[in-house]
Amino acid sequence: MSTATTHTEHNDADHGPFQQHHFATAEQQFDASKLGMWLFLITEVLLFGGLFVGFGMMQSKYPEAFMQAHEHLSWKLGAFNTVVLLISSFTMVMAVLAAQTNEKKKLIVYLILTLICAGIFLGVKYVEYSEKFEHGLLPGKFYASHEQGGAQGQYMFFSFYFMMTGLHGIHILGGMAVMGWVLRRAIRGDFSSQYYTPVDLVGLYWHLVDLIWIYLFPLLYLIS
Amino acid sequence: MSGHSHTVSYAASARLYAGILITLLILTAITVAASRVDFGEGNVIIALVIATIKGTIVALFFMHLRHDKPVNAIAFTSSLFFLALFIGFCLIDAKSRIAPTVVGLKPIPTMPNAPGPGKHFVPGQPLPGYAPAPVAAAAPAAGGHGAAAPAAEQHH
Repeated sequence: MSTATTHTEHNDADHGPFQQHHFATAEQQFDASKLGMWLFLITEVLLFGGLFVGFGMMQSKYPEAFMQAHEHLSWKLGAFNTVVLLISSFTMVMAVLAAQTNEKKKLIVYLILTLICAGIFLGVKYVEYSEKFEHGLLPGKFYASHEQGGAQGQYMFFSFYFMMTGLHGIHILGGMAVMGWVLRRAIRGDFSSQYYTPVDLVGLYWHLVDLIWIYLFPLLYLIS
Repeated sequence: MSGHSHTVSYAASARLYAGILITLLILTAITVAASRVDFGEGNVIIALVIATIKGTIVALFFMHLRHDKPVNAIAFTSSLFFLALFIGFCLIDAKSRIAPTVVGLKPIPTMPNAPGPGKHFVPGQPLPGYAPAPVAAAAPAAGGHGAAAPAAEQHH
Protein backbone atom coordinates (compact mmCIF):
# COMPACT_ATOMS: atom_id res chain seq x y z
CA MET A 1 0.00 0.00 0.00
CA SER A 2 1.40 3.32 -1.00
CA THR A 3 -0.37 5.48 1.58
CA ALA A 4 -1.97 4.95 4.94
CA THR A 5 -5.33 6.23 3.76
CA THR A 6 -5.81 3.58 1.08
CA HIS A 7 -4.87 0.99 3.63
CA THR A 8 -7.43 2.03 6.21
CA GLU A 9 -10.18 2.74 3.69
CA HIS A 10 -9.76 -0.65 2.07
CA ASN A 11 -13.09 -2.27 1.25
CA ASP A 12 -14.75 -4.24 -1.52
CA ALA A 13 -15.54 -1.11 -3.48
CA ASP A 14 -11.92 -0.48 -4.45
CA HIS A 15 -10.82 -4.07 -3.79
CA GLY A 16 -12.59 -6.88 -5.58
CA PRO A 17 -13.65 -9.76 -3.31
CA PHE A 18 -10.79 -11.90 -4.59
CA GLN A 19 -8.03 -9.31 -4.46
CA GLN A 20 -5.45 -10.04 -1.81
CA HIS A 21 -4.11 -7.33 0.44
CA HIS A 22 -0.52 -7.46 -0.74
CA PHE A 23 -1.42 -6.52 -4.32
CA ALA A 24 -1.94 -2.88 -5.22
CA THR A 25 -4.41 -3.62 -7.98
CA ALA A 26 -6.38 -6.56 -9.30
CA GLU A 27 -4.43 -6.34 -12.52
CA GLN A 28 -1.12 -6.63 -10.68
CA GLN A 29 -2.44 -9.72 -8.90
CA PHE A 30 -3.57 -11.20 -12.21
CA ASP A 31 -0.20 -10.56 -13.87
CA ALA A 32 1.70 -12.04 -10.93
CA SER A 33 -0.45 -15.18 -10.94
CA LYS A 34 -0.04 -15.55 -14.66
CA LEU A 35 3.74 -15.18 -14.60
CA GLY A 36 3.81 -17.79 -11.82
CA MET A 37 1.82 -20.16 -14.03
CA TRP A 38 4.20 -19.59 -16.92
CA LEU A 39 7.17 -20.38 -14.67
CA PHE A 40 5.47 -23.65 -13.74
CA LEU A 41 4.87 -24.40 -17.42
CA ILE A 42 8.58 -23.83 -18.06
CA THR A 43 9.44 -26.56 -15.57
CA GLU A 44 6.95 -28.77 -17.38
CA VAL A 45 8.65 -28.12 -20.72
CA LEU A 46 11.99 -29.12 -19.23
CA LEU A 47 10.50 -32.18 -17.52
CA PHE A 48 9.09 -33.52 -20.77
CA GLY A 49 12.16 -32.26 -22.63
CA GLY A 50 14.32 -34.75 -20.75
CA LEU A 51 12.07 -37.58 -21.85
CA PHE A 52 12.12 -36.40 -25.46
CA VAL A 53 15.92 -36.26 -25.44
CA GLY A 54 16.12 -39.76 -23.94
CA PHE A 55 13.70 -40.99 -26.57
CA GLY A 56 15.81 -39.46 -29.33
CA MET A 57 19.03 -40.98 -27.98
CA MET A 58 17.54 -44.47 -27.72
CA GLN A 59 15.85 -44.11 -31.08
CA SER A 60 19.21 -43.43 -32.71
CA LYS A 61 20.65 -46.44 -30.89
CA TYR A 62 17.89 -48.92 -31.85
CA PRO A 63 16.39 -47.52 -35.06
CA GLU A 64 15.05 -50.85 -36.39
CA ALA A 65 13.58 -51.85 -33.02
CA PHE A 66 11.82 -48.49 -32.66
CA MET A 67 10.50 -48.74 -36.20
CA GLN A 68 9.07 -52.22 -35.57
CA ALA A 69 7.76 -51.38 -32.10
CA HIS A 70 5.87 -48.30 -33.23
CA GLU A 71 3.91 -50.46 -35.68
CA HIS A 72 2.17 -51.89 -32.59
CA LEU A 73 0.59 -48.50 -31.90
CA SER A 74 -2.61 -47.66 -33.69
CA TRP A 75 -2.08 -44.35 -35.48
CA LYS A 76 -5.85 -44.14 -35.94
CA LEU A 77 -6.44 -44.10 -32.18
CA GLY A 78 -3.56 -41.66 -31.78
CA ALA A 79 -4.97 -39.34 -34.44
CA PHE A 80 -8.42 -39.59 -32.88
CA ASN A 81 -6.99 -38.59 -29.52
CA THR A 82 -5.12 -35.70 -31.13
CA VAL A 83 -8.38 -34.40 -32.57
CA VAL A 84 -10.10 -34.83 -29.19
CA LEU A 85 -7.35 -32.87 -27.41
CA LEU A 86 -7.36 -30.08 -30.01
CA ILE A 87 -11.13 -29.74 -29.63
CA SER A 88 -10.71 -29.68 -25.85
CA SER A 89 -8.17 -26.88 -26.22
CA PHE A 90 -10.73 -24.99 -28.28
CA THR A 91 -13.50 -25.51 -25.71
CA MET A 92 -11.07 -24.44 -22.98
CA VAL A 93 -10.18 -21.19 -24.72
CA MET A 94 -13.89 -20.61 -25.30
CA ALA A 95 -14.44 -21.06 -21.55
CA VAL A 96 -11.83 -18.38 -20.86
CA LEU A 97 -13.50 -16.13 -23.42
CA ALA A 98 -16.89 -16.74 -21.79
CA ALA A 99 -15.43 -15.74 -18.42
CA GLN A 100 -13.87 -12.61 -19.93
CA THR A 101 -17.23 -11.56 -21.35
CA ASN A 102 -19.41 -12.41 -18.31
CA GLU A 103 -21.12 -15.36 -20.03
CA LYS A 104 -21.63 -17.56 -16.99
CA LYS A 105 -23.74 -20.23 -18.70
CA LYS A 106 -21.34 -20.58 -21.61
CA LEU A 107 -18.42 -20.77 -19.20
CA ILE A 108 -20.03 -23.70 -17.41
CA VAL A 109 -20.97 -25.45 -20.67
CA TYR A 110 -17.49 -25.09 -22.15
CA LEU A 111 -15.80 -26.31 -18.96
CA ILE A 112 -18.03 -29.39 -18.99
CA LEU A 113 -17.27 -29.98 -22.69
CA THR A 114 -13.54 -29.77 -21.95
CA LEU A 115 -13.93 -32.28 -19.13
CA ILE A 116 -15.83 -34.63 -21.46
CA CYS A 117 -13.05 -34.40 -24.06
CA ALA A 118 -10.48 -35.18 -21.38
CA GLY A 119 -12.55 -38.20 -20.35
CA ILE A 120 -12.74 -39.44 -23.94
CA PHE A 121 -8.98 -39.04 -24.28
CA LEU A 122 -8.33 -41.13 -21.18
CA GLY A 123 -10.90 -43.71 -22.31
CA VAL A 124 -9.05 -44.20 -25.59
CA LYS A 125 -5.76 -44.42 -23.68
CA TYR A 126 -7.30 -47.14 -21.51
CA VAL A 127 -8.20 -49.14 -24.62
CA GLU A 128 -4.68 -48.69 -26.00
CA TYR A 129 -2.96 -49.61 -22.73
CA SER A 130 -5.04 -52.75 -22.18
CA GLU A 131 -4.21 -53.93 -25.69
CA LYS A 132 -0.48 -53.42 -24.98
CA PHE A 133 -0.79 -55.28 -21.65
CA GLU A 134 -2.48 -58.21 -23.39
CA HIS A 135 0.38 -58.60 -25.85
CA GLY A 136 3.11 -58.20 -23.24
CA LEU A 137 4.27 -54.95 -24.84
CA LEU A 138 5.47 -53.54 -21.55
CA PRO A 139 8.33 -51.33 -20.47
CA GLY A 140 11.81 -52.51 -19.47
CA LYS A 141 12.10 -55.90 -17.81
CA PHE A 142 8.34 -56.48 -18.02
CA TYR A 143 8.50 -56.66 -21.80
CA ALA A 144 7.20 -60.13 -22.69
CA SER A 145 6.24 -60.09 -26.34
CA HIS A 146 6.11 -63.59 -27.86
CA GLU A 147 6.66 -62.27 -31.34
CA GLN A 148 9.43 -64.05 -33.23
CA GLY A 149 12.24 -62.44 -35.13
CA GLY A 150 11.73 -58.84 -34.04
CA ALA A 151 14.66 -56.46 -33.72
CA GLN A 152 16.19 -56.28 -30.26
CA GLY A 153 15.59 -53.25 -28.10
CA GLN A 154 11.82 -52.96 -28.54
CA TYR A 155 11.39 -52.98 -24.78
CA MET A 156 13.16 -49.62 -24.83
CA PHE A 157 10.52 -48.14 -27.11
CA PHE A 158 7.77 -49.28 -24.75
CA SER A 159 9.65 -47.92 -21.74
CA PHE A 160 9.51 -44.49 -23.35
CA TYR A 161 6.00 -44.98 -24.69
CA PHE A 162 4.58 -45.75 -21.25
CA MET A 163 6.72 -43.16 -19.47
CA MET A 164 5.79 -40.33 -21.82
CA THR A 165 2.13 -41.09 -22.44
CA GLY A 166 1.73 -42.11 -18.79
CA LEU A 167 3.18 -38.86 -17.49
CA HIS A 168 1.05 -37.01 -20.02
CA GLY A 169 -2.02 -38.96 -18.88
CA ILE A 170 -1.31 -38.03 -15.26
CA HIS A 171 -1.23 -34.41 -16.37
CA ILE A 172 -4.64 -34.89 -18.01
CA LEU A 173 -5.98 -36.37 -14.77
CA GLY A 174 -4.56 -33.50 -12.74
CA GLY A 175 -6.00 -31.00 -15.19
CA MET A 176 -9.41 -32.63 -14.87
CA ALA A 177 -9.26 -32.38 -11.09
CA VAL A 178 -8.40 -28.68 -11.16
CA MET A 179 -11.00 -28.07 -13.86
CA GLY A 180 -13.60 -29.69 -11.64
CA TRP A 181 -12.69 -27.18 -8.94
CA VAL A 182 -12.91 -24.29 -11.42
CA LEU A 183 -16.27 -25.62 -12.61
CA ARG A 184 -17.56 -25.61 -9.02
CA ARG A 185 -16.46 -22.02 -8.56
CA ALA A 186 -17.97 -21.08 -11.94
CA ILE A 187 -21.33 -22.53 -10.89
CA ARG A 188 -21.03 -20.62 -7.60
CA GLY A 189 -20.63 -17.46 -9.67
CA ASP A 190 -17.11 -16.46 -8.61
CA PHE A 191 -15.96 -15.42 -12.07
CA SER A 192 -16.59 -12.29 -14.08
CA SER A 193 -14.74 -10.10 -16.52
CA GLN A 194 -13.16 -8.50 -13.42
CA TYR A 195 -11.88 -11.79 -12.00
CA TYR A 196 -11.27 -14.97 -13.96
CA THR A 197 -7.66 -15.80 -13.05
CA PRO A 198 -8.26 -19.50 -12.20
CA VAL A 199 -10.05 -20.12 -15.52
CA ASP A 200 -7.25 -18.44 -17.43
CA LEU A 201 -4.47 -20.33 -15.62
CA VAL A 202 -6.15 -23.73 -15.96
CA GLY A 203 -6.51 -22.85 -19.63
CA LEU A 204 -2.78 -22.17 -19.94
CA TYR A 205 -1.98 -25.49 -18.27
CA TRP A 206 -4.46 -27.31 -20.48
CA HIS A 207 -2.99 -25.85 -23.67
CA LEU A 208 0.50 -26.90 -22.59
CA VAL A 209 -0.71 -30.47 -22.07
CA ASP A 210 -2.18 -30.27 -25.57
CA LEU A 211 1.07 -28.82 -26.90
CA ILE A 212 3.08 -31.73 -25.48
CA TRP A 213 0.71 -34.18 -27.13
CA ILE A 214 1.20 -32.34 -30.44
CA TYR A 215 4.83 -33.53 -30.28
CA LEU A 216 4.17 -36.93 -28.69
CA PHE A 217 1.69 -38.04 -31.34
CA PRO A 218 3.90 -37.86 -34.45
CA LEU A 219 7.03 -39.04 -32.63
CA LEU A 220 5.48 -42.14 -31.07
CA TYR A 221 2.67 -43.08 -33.43
CA LEU A 222 3.73 -41.86 -36.86
CA ILE A 223 7.45 -41.93 -37.48
CA SER A 224 10.03 -43.38 -35.09
CA MET B 1 -9.62 -7.96 -16.92
CA SER B 2 -10.15 -4.23 -17.18
CA GLY B 3 -7.04 -2.50 -18.37
CA HIS B 4 -6.17 -5.10 -20.99
CA SER B 5 -4.59 -3.59 -24.04
CA HIS B 6 -7.28 -4.98 -26.33
CA THR B 7 -11.01 -5.23 -25.82
CA VAL B 8 -12.58 -8.67 -26.01
CA SER B 9 -15.56 -9.18 -28.27
CA TYR B 10 -17.19 -12.55 -27.79
CA ALA B 11 -18.32 -13.12 -31.37
CA ALA B 12 -15.10 -11.98 -33.04
CA SER B 13 -12.88 -13.99 -30.68
CA ALA B 14 -15.07 -17.08 -31.03
CA ARG B 15 -14.74 -16.90 -34.82
CA LEU B 16 -10.97 -16.53 -34.51
CA TYR B 17 -10.69 -19.53 -32.14
CA ALA B 18 -12.87 -21.67 -34.42
CA GLY B 19 -10.59 -20.77 -37.33
CA ILE B 20 -7.56 -21.70 -35.26
CA LEU B 21 -9.11 -25.06 -34.37
CA ILE B 22 -9.81 -25.82 -38.03
CA THR B 23 -6.22 -24.85 -38.94
CA LEU B 24 -4.87 -27.19 -36.26
CA LEU B 25 -7.06 -30.04 -37.46
CA ILE B 26 -5.91 -29.53 -41.06
CA LEU B 27 -2.27 -29.54 -39.92
CA THR B 28 -2.93 -32.78 -38.03
CA ALA B 29 -4.32 -34.33 -41.20
CA ILE B 30 -1.23 -33.17 -43.11
CA THR B 31 1.04 -34.73 -40.44
CA VAL B 32 -0.75 -38.07 -40.72
CA ALA B 33 -0.76 -37.97 -44.53
CA ALA B 34 2.94 -37.06 -44.72
CA SER B 35 3.85 -39.95 -42.40
CA ARG B 36 2.24 -42.44 -44.82
CA VAL B 37 4.76 -41.43 -47.51
CA ASP B 38 8.36 -42.52 -47.09
CA PHE B 39 10.72 -39.55 -47.18
CA GLY B 40 13.46 -41.40 -45.29
CA GLU B 41 15.08 -39.05 -42.80
CA GLY B 42 12.77 -36.31 -44.05
CA ASN B 43 9.75 -37.81 -42.26
CA VAL B 44 11.05 -36.82 -38.84
CA ILE B 45 11.84 -33.30 -40.00
CA ILE B 46 8.44 -32.81 -41.66
CA ALA B 47 6.64 -34.09 -38.56
CA LEU B 48 8.64 -31.89 -36.19
CA VAL B 49 8.26 -28.79 -38.37
CA ILE B 50 4.47 -29.23 -38.56
CA ALA B 51 4.33 -29.93 -34.80
CA THR B 52 6.28 -26.73 -34.17
CA ILE B 53 3.92 -24.72 -36.38
CA LYS B 54 0.97 -26.17 -34.45
CA GLY B 55 2.67 -25.48 -31.13
CA THR B 56 3.36 -21.87 -32.12
CA ILE B 57 -0.27 -21.37 -33.13
CA VAL B 58 -1.46 -22.84 -29.81
CA ALA B 59 0.93 -20.62 -27.82
CA LEU B 60 0.12 -17.43 -29.74
CA PHE B 61 -3.67 -17.73 -29.91
CA PHE B 62 -4.96 -20.26 -27.36
CA MET B 63 -2.40 -19.25 -24.73
CA HIS B 64 -2.89 -15.56 -25.62
CA LEU B 65 0.83 -14.83 -25.96
CA ARG B 66 0.04 -12.64 -28.96
CA HIS B 67 -1.66 -9.97 -26.84
CA ASP B 68 -0.08 -10.80 -23.51
CA LYS B 69 2.52 -8.93 -21.49
CA PRO B 70 5.91 -9.62 -23.14
CA VAL B 71 7.40 -10.97 -19.91
CA ASN B 72 5.39 -14.21 -20.25
CA ALA B 73 6.53 -14.77 -23.82
CA ILE B 74 10.14 -14.02 -22.86
CA ALA B 75 9.99 -16.49 -19.96
CA PHE B 76 8.46 -19.21 -22.13
CA THR B 77 10.85 -18.63 -25.02
CA SER B 78 13.79 -18.87 -22.63
CA SER B 79 12.67 -22.37 -21.66
CA LEU B 80 12.60 -23.31 -25.35
CA PHE B 81 16.10 -21.88 -25.73
CA PHE B 82 17.44 -24.04 -22.92
CA LEU B 83 15.56 -27.04 -24.27
CA ALA B 84 17.22 -26.46 -27.64
CA LEU B 85 20.64 -26.32 -25.95
CA PHE B 86 19.85 -29.56 -24.13
CA ILE B 87 18.70 -31.35 -27.29
CA GLY B 88 21.49 -29.84 -29.42
CA PHE B 89 24.37 -30.94 -27.23
CA CYS B 90 22.88 -34.41 -26.75
CA LEU B 91 22.54 -34.73 -30.53
CA ILE B 92 26.15 -33.67 -31.03
CA ASP B 93 27.16 -36.33 -28.51
CA ALA B 94 25.03 -39.05 -30.10
CA LYS B 95 26.14 -38.30 -33.64
CA SER B 96 29.86 -37.94 -32.87
CA ARG B 97 30.41 -41.15 -30.94
CA ILE B 98 32.88 -43.42 -32.68
CA ALA B 99 34.22 -46.85 -31.88
CA PRO B 100 37.58 -46.79 -30.11
CA THR B 101 40.48 -47.53 -32.41
CA VAL B 102 42.29 -50.70 -31.39
CA VAL B 103 45.56 -51.01 -33.22
CA GLY B 104 46.48 -54.35 -34.73
CA LEU B 105 43.11 -56.04 -34.33
CA LYS B 106 40.32 -56.83 -36.76
CA PRO B 107 37.99 -53.92 -37.61
CA ILE B 108 35.04 -53.77 -35.25
CA PRO B 109 32.12 -54.24 -37.72
CA THR B 110 33.37 -57.73 -38.53
CA MET B 111 33.48 -58.79 -34.89
CA PRO B 112 30.63 -61.18 -34.09
CA ASN B 113 30.14 -59.84 -30.58
CA ALA B 114 30.53 -56.15 -31.24
CA PRO B 115 27.77 -54.15 -29.53
CA GLY B 116 24.61 -53.36 -31.48
CA PRO B 117 23.89 -50.46 -33.82
CA GLY B 118 25.72 -47.92 -31.64
CA LYS B 119 29.01 -49.83 -31.92
CA HIS B 120 30.69 -47.93 -29.18
CA PHE B 121 32.67 -48.79 -26.13
CA VAL B 122 30.47 -49.96 -23.23
CA PRO B 123 31.91 -49.36 -19.75
CA GLY B 124 32.31 -52.59 -17.83
CA GLN B 125 32.24 -54.70 -20.98
CA PRO B 126 35.27 -55.99 -22.84
CA LEU B 127 36.40 -53.64 -25.57
CA PRO B 128 34.90 -54.90 -28.84
CA GLY B 129 37.53 -56.93 -30.56
CA TYR B 130 39.96 -56.70 -27.69
CA ALA B 131 39.13 -59.78 -25.64
CA PRO B 132 39.46 -63.28 -27.16
CA ALA B 133 36.28 -64.39 -28.91
CA PRO B 134 35.03 -67.03 -26.37
CA VAL B 135 35.29 -64.55 -23.49
CA ALA B 136 33.56 -61.88 -25.50
CA ALA B 137 30.73 -64.29 -26.25
CA ALA B 138 30.17 -65.01 -22.57
CA ALA B 139 30.44 -61.45 -21.35
CA PRO B 140 27.18 -59.95 -22.69
CA ALA B 141 25.09 -62.83 -21.29
CA ALA B 142 26.39 -62.15 -17.79
CA GLY B 143 25.64 -58.47 -18.05
CA GLY B 144 21.87 -58.86 -17.69
CA HIS B 145 19.78 -56.54 -19.79
CA GLY B 146 19.79 -52.81 -20.04
CA ALA B 147 21.02 -50.13 -22.35
CA ALA B 148 24.62 -51.16 -21.75
CA ALA B 149 24.21 -54.68 -23.10
CA PRO B 150 22.05 -54.62 -26.23
CA ALA B 151 23.24 -58.08 -27.28
CA ALA B 152 21.95 -59.69 -24.08
CA GLU B 153 18.36 -58.48 -23.89
CA GLN B 154 15.13 -60.24 -24.81
CA HIS B 155 15.24 -63.94 -25.41
CA HIS B 156 12.09 -64.57 -27.40
